[in-house]
Amino acid sequence: MNRDPLLIRWLLIALAIGFLLLFLALPLAAVLTEALRKGVLAYWHSLGGDDTLASIRLTLIVAAIAVPLNMVFGLTASWAIAKFDFAGKAWLVSLIDLPFSVSPVISGLIYVLLFGAQGILGPWLIAHDLKIIFAIPGIVLATLFVTFPFVARELIPLMEEQGRDEEEAALTLGAGGFRTFWAVTLPNVKWGLLYGVLLCNARAMGEFGAVSVVSGHIRGLTNTMPLHVEILYNEYDFVGAFAVASLLALLALVTLVAKTALAWWHRAELGATAGH
Amino acid sequence: MAASKPKVIPGFSVTLGVTLAYLSLVVLIPLAALIAKAAGMSATQWLATLGDSRVLASFRLSFGGAAIAASVNGVFGLLVAWVLVRYRFPGRKIIDALIDLPFALPTAVAGIALTALYAPNGWIGHLLPFKVAFTPLGAIIAMIFIGLPFVVRTIEPVLQDVDRELEEAATSLGASRSQTFVRVILPAIAPALLTGISLAFARAVGEYGSIIFIAGNLPGFSEIAPLLIVTKLEQYDYVGATAIACLMLAASFALLLAINLLQKWNRQRRGAAS
Repeated sequence: MNRDPLLIRWLLIALAIGFLLLFLALPLAAVLTEALRKGVLAYWHSLGGDDTLASIRLTLIVAAIAVPLNMVFGLTASWAIAKFDFAGKAWLVSLIDLPFSVSPVISGLIYVLLFGAQGILGPWLIAHDLKIIFAIPGIVLATLFVTFPFVARELIPLMEEQGRDEEEAALTLGAGGFRTFWAVTLPNVKWGLLYGVLLCNARAMGEFGAVSVVSGHIRGLTNTMPLHVEILYNEYDFVGAFAVASLLALLALVTLVAKTALAWWHRAELGATAGH
Repeated sequence: MAASKPKVIPGFSVTLGVTLAYLSLVVLIPLAALIAKAAGMSATQWLATLGDSRVLASFRLSFGGAAIAASVNGVFGLLVAWVLVRYRFPGRKIIDALIDLPFALPTAVAGIALTALYAPNGWIGHLLPFKVAFTPLGAIIAMIFIGLPFVVRTIEPVLQDVDRELEEAATSLGASRSQTFVRVILPAIAPALLTGISLAFARAVGEYGSIIFIAGNLPGFSEIAPLLIVTKLEQYDYVGATAIACLMLAASFALLLAINLLQKWNRQRRGAAS
């Protein structure tokens, strides 16, 4: 299969594994060791704190709003883009990918400029006693922005690959539009959809920069898990910070395992872009 | 391809309408707020921010550090992709799955983990004769971490497609292994390699979460541009924050354009090969 000399082959493998150990495996190990530095009891104790539980609750709430919204958007956008031809389609696809190339901090900043006290809509919001920045709506909006493309970019190439024949057949046989979507399109893209939702969720729960700008860091109220990690860390509560971080690392590992399993078993149904 | 068929699939105007409305609400209008704010700023306001030595130093670290990190990723990403595609060894599939860790691991977690490793008393830090954490070098380490998967994942599929017969032909014509690599393999994967490096660079320039813990954030020394945006916001200096953000956004868009051109080149190269 290859004719590189054995010595070179093993040298390259050792070099690559060494690099990956240094940059990927060691940080993971560090999270676990630091979290358990003072024993399992201290670990459990630090996870049970009120502010920590509040941050876990907020992270779950934000993901529970942002992920379904972006999932519905992903399905809608990919239906419009993959099943129809129209002018400006390539532009629309580029615009959907846009949030990926914006720095997380800027993703938060734009909402502050729009809804903040000195922002464009600020005076109106204050007059009506509505709070978006330094409150949960701002955190949800920033999360929506950074996770915006995940589902759509997974589904668009997949639906384009599958074409329109099956839908057209179902419609010709008398099925309505919704029935066609539920019975034909959705089953065809379900693994790709799950793949996109997994990645979207991991980012929604783990986002730091964008959320940090709009959150205001109010303990027990507007701190998500990643923000709570920062606060504990800056207060030198290292066991506490790494304990919360270990939960997020676990989420990352579960996401990686699920994503790899999907890629192994359903590669054919994931479309050309999946696998990374 | 479907132009000849009658259009029977329903829901075009509804789905396109919802798509455009949601895209505008979540992405376009907020981004327009930034542009509107920037458009209302005077030349003196721009110069006051962008001419500041602290701001310039942060740009130097964000862009210069990202360039170094992306180059390191180019070398090691190519090595990792090569090993994963060309060789079979125990644990290969697990390692392949682990490559995506920086995509999945929240940046704050990566930040404190790398700091724990590279701090002067950390596992790696205490072995080194020089300081890594709390210096610009720490920022570069974090940038390497978050950029690695971009290079590996862009090269892997292209490396898989490189025509083995061409390699064998080169060898049978008397080319050495290194000559084959430089003359046959490298040109075939060059567009993908450059795309991967650009993606890693773009990501590192805007990165915030994983860097702020390890860099130490000394103004003018180890402070990155995104952090300066946050600092200016906290001081209610919206003008300064907007000026830095606009410059960074312009850089990202220029990079996006370059990456799109590279990918087009990559597709042509791959299309011609197969």
